[in-house]
Amino acid sequence: MNKHLLSINDLSAEEAFEILNTASELAKISDGPMKKLPTLRGRTVVNLFFEDSTRTRISFESAAKRLSADVINFSAKGSSVSKGESLKDTAQTLQAMGADAVVIRHGASGAAQRLADSGWISASVINAGDGTHEHPTQALLDAYTIRSKFPQFNQSFDGLRVAIVGDILHSRVARSNVLLLTKLGASVTLVAPPTLIPVGVADWKVKVSYDLDSVLKEVDVLMMLRVQSERMANSFFPSEREYSRGFGLDITRLNSLSKNAIVMHPGPMNRGLEISAESADSHKSVVLDQVSNGVLVRMAVLYQLLGGATLTGEVSA
Amino acid sequence: MEFTITNARLIDDQVVDVIVSSGVISEIGSGLNKGEKIDAEKNLLIPGLVDLHTHLREPGREDSETVATGSMAAAKGGFTAISAMANTFPVADTAGVVEQVYRLGQEAGFCDVFPIGAVTQGLAGKSLAELGAMANSKARVRIFSDDGKCVSDPLLMRRALEYVKTFNGIIAQHAQEPALTVDSQMNEGIVSSKLGLVGWPAVAEEAIIARDILLAEHVGSRLHICHLTTAGGVDLVRFAKSRGINVTAEVTPHHLLLTDDLVTNYDSVYKVNPPLRTERDVLALRKGLADGTIDIVGTDHAPHPTEDKDCEWQSAAFGMVGLETALSVVVKAMIETKMMTWADLVDRMSIAPAKIAGYLHHGQILKVGATANLTIIDSNANWIVDRNRLASKSKNTPFEGMQLPSRVVHTFLNGKQVLSNGEIVNGGAVE
Repeated sequence: MNKHLLSINDLSAEEAFEILNTASELAKISDGPMKKLPTLRGRTVVNLFFEDSTRTRISFESAAKRLSADVINFSAKGSSVSKGESLKDTAQTLQAMGADAVVIRHGASGAAQRLADSGWISASVINAGDGTHEHPTQALLDAYTIRSKFPQFNQSFDGLRVAIVGDILHSRVARSNVLLLTKLGASVTLVAPPTLIPVGVADWKVKVSYDLDSVLKEVDVLMMLRVQSERMANSFFPSEREYSRGFGLDITRLNSLSKNAIVMHPGPMNRGLEISAESADSHKSVVLDQVSNGVLVRMAVLYQLLGGATLTGEVSA
Repeated sequence: MEFTITNARLIDDQVVDVIVSSGVISEIGSGLNKGEKIDAEKNLLIPGLVDLHTHLREPGREDSETVATGSMAAAKGGFTAISAMANTFPVADTAGVVEQVYRLGQEAGFCDVFPIGAVTQGLAGKSLAELGAMANSKARVRIFSDDGKCVSDPLLMRRALEYVKTFNGIIAQHAQEPALTVDSQMNEGIVSSKLGLVGWPAVAEEAIIARDILLAEHVGSRLHICHLTTAGGVDLVRFAKSRGINVTAEVTPHHLLLTDDLVTNYDSVYKVNPPLRTERDVLALRKGLADGTIDIVGTDHAPHPTEDKDCEWQSAAFGMVGLETALSVVVKAMIETKMMTWADLVDRMSIAPAKIAGYLHHGQILKVGATANLTIIDSNANWIVDRNRLASKSKNTPFEGMQLPSRVVHTFLNGKQVLSNGEIVNGGAVE
């Protein structure tokens, strides 16, 4: 595996499955009496967050702590990021402090790659969401969740049908999921009003539909994306109600899904906008599994980037 | 002062000796020998290059470039005349500022610096700057541009086009519809969709070009389109010329060679306004320049200090330096591809821009009586771009490490040698 995890493009299908397998192994350990592994004892993981995201930060923090790493939370929000210089200064500060891995969340697309390529820092860089570009660990935890619900796709996602619904244009979750799911063999359909589909989508290995109802029956996984109301202000769609009517998952649509289909959402949800409360809380919803799997997958990523030792040896330690 | 350039090869391959006295070519022939002898060693002698699109940053951002350092970069690039864009601090929207820039150019003495005046006060796009005062100043401004910003208000653009007819001025438009490019970061297309960067659609450029062509036709004035970047834009200019509309167009060297897939690693050296486009656009621009639809090459030399580029893409400044690589990049894009001859290059980079701007002593055919603004080029040489060897104060070149053809050997400004064997010499005001 590469030194960094900046994009799903950094992973082959085999490497991605290896992360999922490692996460499965870690899940077994987590169910046992000793939840904490000594693997990363003495290593320092920095959570460098230029954007608020309590959920993602806590997930990475508990992942690192369960591997016994020292964790530093660095919230750079509020410092002047408008000039950009602070990314460099912050990176150099972290370098001087001896960070082994930097988990970065940043509002600018490409910030994680800049950090990794710049030579400012020698640590491994893990992209925890960069602007509207990518969020690779979210895609990995989604794939892990899908696999745990569909054991028949254990070795390959060939034949798995996924629809991703909502603001594709501005979604780093969608970008990473499209790359990962198609890499693993799934067929992916993007569903959104045309204003929220990127113009370059023809180059993606996906189908595009503007009609949610027509795709519902055909999917195993329905992934709903968060829609921000500021998009309405910029005329991406006329009103929240119109969006909800066309692209929201209400109870009628939920009921037209096939029996085994699951509903995913990366959170936080806008209940009543892209997903109704009944849908969010239904037995088809795996939203909370996604959250708990997030810790396991992030442990697996840290483990593979920083650890290298075999898991079986660690269990007895 | 009198000297002889010996063994100079002209673009028709004829090898001649040229005597320069008192700043003028006084004799062309063979076996000539008067005053100091400068052996051209059968390298190419052409009229000095002329740039209608240069950002010199002085006054206001002397940390990135000054009139003097930009002039040296120009001389190294074979330019004898450059045109300083108005987006300085303060903006060049008064006679005072344009006269200051003009004077700084004369004092530096490495090339002629002709200021471009702002179209609107403070580049704010609200009301006309005092165009007449700038035209009548010592700087004798004829080109007006809000470059960096678009004159997006159609009525104001109409008035500007009409008003400059008084003194045969020209409006150089930075064609970018602002409402279609809010927060835009790069060309909108396959690459921007992948990278999650806000797109900059071709139509944002083409919509303004189309509008301004029609305005220029309606009021019968002169329009110059700065840095054309799209295939559609080339088609629009071609259409305008076929209708006899008085429009000229420019392309930058970097848009003739680089494409938007270079942005893939988010290296902000490739961040530029207007953005790098696709290969299809590059090929259309080359074709347009070759067939004369695009009249000239303009460098859009845009220096920025390290700290304005050494950051995440979104925060980085737009722009690339280009004076010192322009000739070589055009040779690579246009002559090595056999789309243009050296005669075409001399036209697009010297004769045509001088004619558009009315720079009477530049871009002249080499003949007795012509002002000795001259450049000698080793067209057989290759060199590797090294940002640390640029004369420009800023090092933001996208061509770092690239091997490029043709090297500027000597440059002469008004009969004074300012570049000798690639090294700057003899600055200072002409007596």
